[in-house]
Formats: sequence, C-alpha cells, structure tokens
Amino acid sequence: MENKKLVEVQNLKQYFSVSGGGFFEKKVVKAVDDVSFYVNKGETLGLVGESGCGKTTTGRTLLRLIEPTDGKILYDGKDITHAKMLPYRRKMQIVFQDPYASLDPRMTVGDIVGEAIDIHKLAANGNQRRDRIIELLSLVGLNSEHANRYPHEFSGGQRQRVGIARALAVNPEFIVCDEPISALDVSIQAQVVNMFEELQEKMGLTYLFIAHNLSVVKHISNRIGVMYLGKLVELADSYELTFHSIHPYTRSLISAIPVADPETSRSAQRIVLQGDVPSPVNPPSGCRFRTRCPYADQRCAEEEPEFREVSSGHYAACHHIDKVK
Amino acid sequence: MNEYLVDIRNERLSFFTPAGEVKSLNDVSLTVREGEVLGIVGESGSGKSVTAYSLMGLTAHPGRVIGGDIYFNGHHINMMTEREMRKIRGNEVSIIFQDPMTSLNPVYTIGNQIMEAILLHTDKNKKQAYERARELLTLVGINEPDKRLKQYPHELSGGMRQRVMIAIALACEPKLLIADEPTTALDVTIQAQILELMIELKNKLGMAIILITHDLGVVAGTCDRIAVMYAGKVVETGTTDDIFYHPSHEYTKGLLLSVPKLKELEHKKLIPIEGQPVDMLNPPAGCPFAPRCNSCMKICLRTMPEYTDLGKDHYSACWLLDKAKFEKGEVQA
Repeated sequence: MENKKLVEVQNLKQYFSVSGGGFFEKKVVKAVDDVSFYVNKGETLGLVGESGCGKTTTGRTLLRLIEPTDGKILYDGKDITHAKMLPYRRKMQIVFQDPYASLDPRMTVGDIVGEAIDIHKLAANGNQRRDRIIELLSLVGLNSEHANRYPHEFSGGQRQRVGIARALAVNPEFIVCDEPISALDVSIQAQVVNMFEELQEKMGLTYLFIAHNLSVVKHISNRIGVMYLGKLVELADSYELTFHSIHPYTRSLISAIPVADPETSRSAQRIVLQGDVPSPVNPPSGCRFRTRCPYADQRCAEEEPEFREVSSGHYAACHHIDKVK
Repeated sequence: MNEYLVDIRNERLSFFTPAGEVKSLNDVSLTVREGEVLGIVGESGSGKSVTAYSLMGLTAHPGRVIGGDIYFNGHHINMMTEREMRKIRGNEVSIIFQDPMTSLNPVYTIGNQIMEAILLHTDKNKKQAYERARELLTLVGINEPDKRLKQYPHELSGGMRQRVMIAIALACEPKLLIADEPTTALDVTIQAQILELMIELKNKLGMAIILITHDLGVVAGTCDRIAVMYAGKVVETGTTDDIFYHPSHEYTKGLLLSVPKLKELEHKKLIPIEGQPVDMLNPPAGCPFAPRCNSCMKICLRTMPEYTDLGKDHYSACWLLDKAKFEKGEVQA
C-alpha cells in the first residue's frame, strides 16, 4: 500500500449549541473536539466508540454534511474546508446506518441509484444511464429486475446493497461507511462486510469505517481509532490495537466485548467499567475518561493528556501509559 | 407436573394479517429447568420473542396460539383466562424488554413503577412496598435509592433504566425471568455491567432466565443451554458447549462461522450464509433453511426433518443427521 494521505483532518471541531436549563442559557455540546487523523489511499480506517462519542459526527463533518466549527479538512492535499463541494461529492461518498430511513420510499431503486448519475451528468443518454444502473446493481449482487422495484420490497441486507450502489454511482475514491451493518441480521452482516472488502480490492476504494462493534471494525480495518466523548483516545494498527492497546478505555472496551466462545468468556478477566458515560454537555475536566478510569489521579483532573505518538504509528492520550503497561 | 419449569410442546402460533397467515411459530418445543439459563438465538423474525411472549400470555393481536401446549410452573398457560394470567404475570414470571427507554412509563416516578408490582401481588402496605423498592434498587446496584425513587425515567441513563427494569421484574422474586434482548440498546461497556448483574442476581435468587438475543457472544458467557431458532422453528438445542464446539445444524454452523473474531491473528475472509432471510408469508415447504443451505438435498425442500437425539440434551433437526433414513435409502443426496 502506498502511504499517500487521501483524506486528512486537523484539529477538527464540531460544537452544537443546545438550550440549557435557564431561559437565556445556552450550552455547547462538544461533539467532536480537536480530532486529527488521516486516511491513506487504499486503506480502511476504523473508528469505534460508544454512542454519543462523536464518531458519526466526525464522519459527517469530514464530508461537510455538517459544517465544521473549526479545524481543517484536506482531500488529496487540498484544503476543502471552505471549498465548493460539488466536484468533491464525486470523490467522497457515504453509506448510512439505517437502510430503512436512508432510501426514499417513493423512488424506485433504479432512480435512487440513478439520481447521482443525473446530478453529476455521468450519462449521455437514457440507455447509458440504464446500463450504468444495471452495472452498479450487479456490482452489489442485485440484478436488473430490481431496478424497477421500490425500497419496501427489499430486505434490510438488500436495501443496504442499494445504499452502497448509490454511493458507488459516481465512481468515488473515498467512502464513509457509517455503521453500515449494525441494522442487519447476523447472517447478513458477513455478506455485506465481504462485499465492502471485494469492492475495495476491485475499485481501489478508501474507507472510513465507523461502527461500535470492535470485532467487525478490526476485521475490516488496517488501522483503528478509538473515540471517547468527542476525543480520539487511541489510534494504531488494528492488530496492535487489539493485542497491545495502551489506553485504559480501549482495554476495557476490548474486555467488555462478549466473545462467542464459551471457554474464553468463562476464563476471561473482565474489566467491567463502573458508571456511565458522562454527559457531553458537561464533560469532566482534564482527561474525559477519568471518571471511569481505574488509574485516574489528581493530574488527570487538572491536565488534559496530549494525543501523542507512543511507538511508531501508535498514538494515545493518557498520563499513565507506563502504569497501564 | 414434571421436572421442567417451562415446558412448551409443539406450539403453533400464527398472525392472521390482511396479507395472509404468518406462521410465526411452527411446532416449537422448548424446556427450561429451575434455575437454568436458556439462551434463544436467532435472527429478527425467527420467532424468539414471540415464543417468550406467548409464555406470558402476551401474544399481540392478530396473533393466536393455534396448537400445542405451554406449561409453566404447573400452569397450563394457553388454557388460562386473562384474569388468571394477571396473577402470574409479574409475580411468577417477569419480563425485561430490549428498549429501556420506551418500556418505562415516562409520567410516573421510578418508585411508583416499582411499587406498583409489589402492591399488586403482595399484601404489603405502601410503606413496606417503599422499603422493598429501596431494597430492590440497592440489589440492582443503584446508589442513592431514596433519590432515584423520586426521579422520572428521563432523568436516568440507559444502563440505569435497564437496572430499574430488572428491579421491577424481580420485585416479587419470580421463578422465571424473560430477558428480551436486554442489552441490545446499550453500549458494550454497559452491556457487560448488565449481563454481570443478571448472572449475579440469578445466583443469589435462584430464578431461571430465558435470555433472548441475536448476539452469540452474549449467550456464550451467560447461558447453560441454547436454543437456535430459524423461521419459526427451533432448529437445534443443546448445552452451550455443544452448540459452540459441536454444532450439528448447518444454520448453527454457518452462524458461528459468519461472525468475525476479535482475537484472531490473521485476516480470514468471513464465510457468510448466502441468500436472504425467509419470507414468512411464503415459507418454503420443507426445512426453512434449505434454500440457503450448502448441503441441501432433494428431501430438504419437501419435508421438514425430525429431531435427531445427539445425546446429553442435544437435539438437531437436519436430514444430514438422520442416518437411519439414509441407510434405508429413503433419503437421496
């Protein structure tokens, strides 16, 4: 794999204002707070975290579906933070989580996939457009007769295939996959994961794969970033991360995953985290994980840990890296 | 009665929808012993929740039990009136639902909702019920019970609400707790807390649990026995170890192979189960899994296989296991 950065975000921030308790009170939710990472061409970067940690917001902000509060977004070396997006929409696409809500129920599958072709004027005439739609549907394992049907006639897995075909319609280079399999049945998930992998091989795609299921993310990703309350807490090669994680949060996340193997799960030493994720409106001072961290001390409350490179390609934000080791 | 706390025999349950009859349960038999944890795994629409709900007499309109018998703790459930059912529900058998956000009433306090079950099923007066509610909250690991009892559901986090649900379910020390996807709506770290709590409470109070889930990881660590359901059928039952280490039904095998393992050193391609889930309005004639099965034979498409006894409570419904029929030449590959 060539190590060329295709997409990069620097100090990305996404703040939402919400009304507070008082009448004139305004509060700010720091959904994504100072996040920096890059995705190399042809690789898959996984992003995991619990609900509300900002992983989806990161994906959407990166595509400027929501305008960032602050920070920089680079595509292929060019700053696109304030650029006109239309040409870039052909290069960057997204597959959404819920295949039931993300397809217009009043459009046929052919039109859903064809809409992008129309917008970007990728077909010279009707025949070409139809051929392209059929080609795209067959690429995702559907056939030409499906083009005239409506989304409600399909099962969840098939709908997600339509969503993927729509994303592929413009021949993109980069796709944000926002929890693309969590709404699907277990036996269908593997089909879709395999399809993502095959498409990547065939078309040289680059993915940002967002999910809460670490096993799936590890399976598909080259590198993984772990988010907690709007911050990246650890980022490393996917094997390095699953076997030699440094951050206490990543460790507890890994140990909390139920293993589909009775013997392992009986003997496993679980690190069961106490308490809940704090509210992002009022995150803890210093390190945001400190309220649930077994290693937390005074310093964690006062000083925010820096996200730094611990070993080659392995980044983490923690004051107690030596102790955790 | 018999040795089983729950004994479901050949249950058939259909939903009579405008589009036609949906045979949600097609000849389902299940047993649960006292103090045992049974996991029911299956995909959406496989009938796992419907089975559990019918055990509580909670089959929703237009569904109806149209055959078979359901026995629970000496009661013949499908012959009981609604009035009789109410005495059992929340008392001898309770349920916790998937979504703790919607299963609590938003306009009543937590205390009110826990006390409701206690006042309904015991002779306790309000003051004693309040004491019991406090006790229950402490039992499920909620700090400051006095403060929490006065709060409304929206003031609590998802994990906390599920704990409250468990407290309500355990209010009358039921013999059986049905947990319908209790952790699906929760984050992994919270899921680990809730599963740990449920097992801890089971050991303390000695009730049986039916744990319904689609996550094989969840059942592996918690259940004694597992029933695998597919399209309204129990296709395989056995001890947790048998199901994971000696799966005999092709669907179970496929399911186990299709999940990625976190602690795997090399990148192996996933082996998915091909095809789409069964359309329950037009189910296949024979084995429901046959259209997606790699070892499908002619007979599979025509006739549903019987259960083969594989010893130690391990049963599986697959023609491949029916050696006797093979030898007689009744089955052709």
